[in-house]
Amino acid sequence: MSTEQDLRALVISVVCQIAPDVDPAAVDPDAALAEQLDIDSMDFLNIVVEINARTGIDIPERDYPKLSTLNDAVSYLAEAQKQAAGA
Amino acid sequence: MSDFVMPSLGADMDAGTVLEWYVKPGDTVKRGDIVALVDTSKAEIEVEIFEGGVIDELLVPVGERVPVGTVLATLHPVDAEAPVPVPVGPPAPPTPAPSAPPIAVTAPPTAPPAPVPVAAPAGTNHRLRVSPLARRAAAGLGVDLSEVAGSGPNGAITRADVERAHTGPEPPPPVQALVPARAREPGDRQAAMRDAIGALMARSKREIPHYYLQLEIDMGRAIDWLRDSNLQRPVNERLLPSILLLSAVARAAAEMPEMNGFWTDGAFRPGDGVHLGVAVSLRGGGLIAPALHDADKKSLDEIMAGVRDLVQRARAGRLRSSEMSDPTLTVTNLGERGVDLVHGVIYPPQVALVGFGAVRERPWAVDGMLGVRPIVVATLAADHRASDGHAGGRFLTLIDRRLQEPENL
Repeated sequence: MSTEQDLRALVISVVCQIAPDVDPAAVDPDAALAEQLDIDSMDFLNIVVEINARTGIDIPERDYPKLSTLNDAVSYLAEAQKQAAGA
Repeated sequence: MSDFVMPSLGADMDAGTVLEWYVKPGDTVKRGDIVALVDTSKAEIEVEIFEGGVIDELLVPVGERVPVGTVLATLHPVDAEAPVPVPVGPPAPPTPAPSAPPIAVTAPPTAPPAPVPVAAPAGTNHRLRVSPLARRAAAGLGVDLSEVAGSGPNGAITRADVERAHTGPEPPPPVQALVPARAREPGDRQAAMRDAIGALMARSKREIPHYYLQLEIDMGRAIDWLRDSNLQRPVNERLLPSILLLSAVARAAAEMPEMNGFWTDGAFRPGDGVHLGVAVSLRGGGLIAPALHDADKKSLDEIMAGVRDLVQRARAGRLRSSEMSDPTLTVTNLGERGVDLVHGVIYPPQVALVGFGAVRERPWAVDGMLGVRPIVVATLAADHRASDGHAGGRFLTLIDRRLQEPENL
């Protein structure tokens, strides 16, 4: 089980892998990632794929809107981990 | 014996710089091998060779900008008599060199780059046969060419020969023409790309009589099918809606040859397949539209994999020459950026460009009933020299029809 801090670092690292020109310190945690970082649907899918590869968390397509900001993504992943652990 | 020339990697390229050679004299290559990395003003492109053989000589050094069509390297067929490499042994009898001038003086470090070499005509030649590259290398290394045994065709001296002959202890002094090409600043790249796009688009608007059509397409069936299909797929095999759009365009284009090809020398030439130019916006600005080859024959999974690969390589600056030179029809999906529709500018010498806006829920009337459906606006910009609005309308209708049968895409 990762801490929220770990998850935050993980999401930032994945985002920066897909969008290498992004300054991690400049990411606004409450702004939509797609708009502030110029991420298109292919980039977003690649982010989801990479998060899945690193954490094993399967994010169904219908949940994509729940990962629109950095803070949302971290809460979503924390919740998904909790559920997986409890199951 | 044949020449490998600087290819035209898109209509907006008139010159290129070899950044890296992946082959050296004596290497055997086959058709399609990547032999060099070339910098157009827009991108770094991995250039494939169109003919197999054995590389004789590399004529253009790394870092030199040369026009399209310049001979970059020569090669001979694999089964032909290969030039015998000169081992470290007794040198062949030196070719008499009448009054070889002191080379170093002729090429001071500040001299402008030598004019582009053209392959020397074959035939009897009593003068010392030296490639410009070898001559420059000799100047740089301080090697007397009259003492070098040539291993190239007809005893020509190659750069490798010069390097073998070089025994001086000190490292070669820097030569002006060999300034590392990678020194290009990111800002330069952006400016160069802006210029290249500007020049090409200005040409398009100047020369191509565009006509524009648009059609609203109900994406309900396609989106439903995609959602169900993605539920069955692991995350790394999921498809994007844009993949269905590309497939529909490719299949419609296969039925409408007048939309798929080139306008060159005052006439339309159909493409030799449906090679969709996929417009990829680059992070930090700029645009590139490499080809997804034979897209009409690919499954959705293959298109997805192909587009993923193209986007990744376009952004990493690792596209291949065949992808840059031959798209037959371009598709732009500016709906990604939230716009409703796009009136495209055709990439010369292509004759059409299909654009898609964002898929949005809209009120939609069918059979007297009003409902809410996901709608996309498809647009066509087409060259009136190659087709009329009637054909263009049919093309958009065909794309629509394809999208109503997503299971057959």
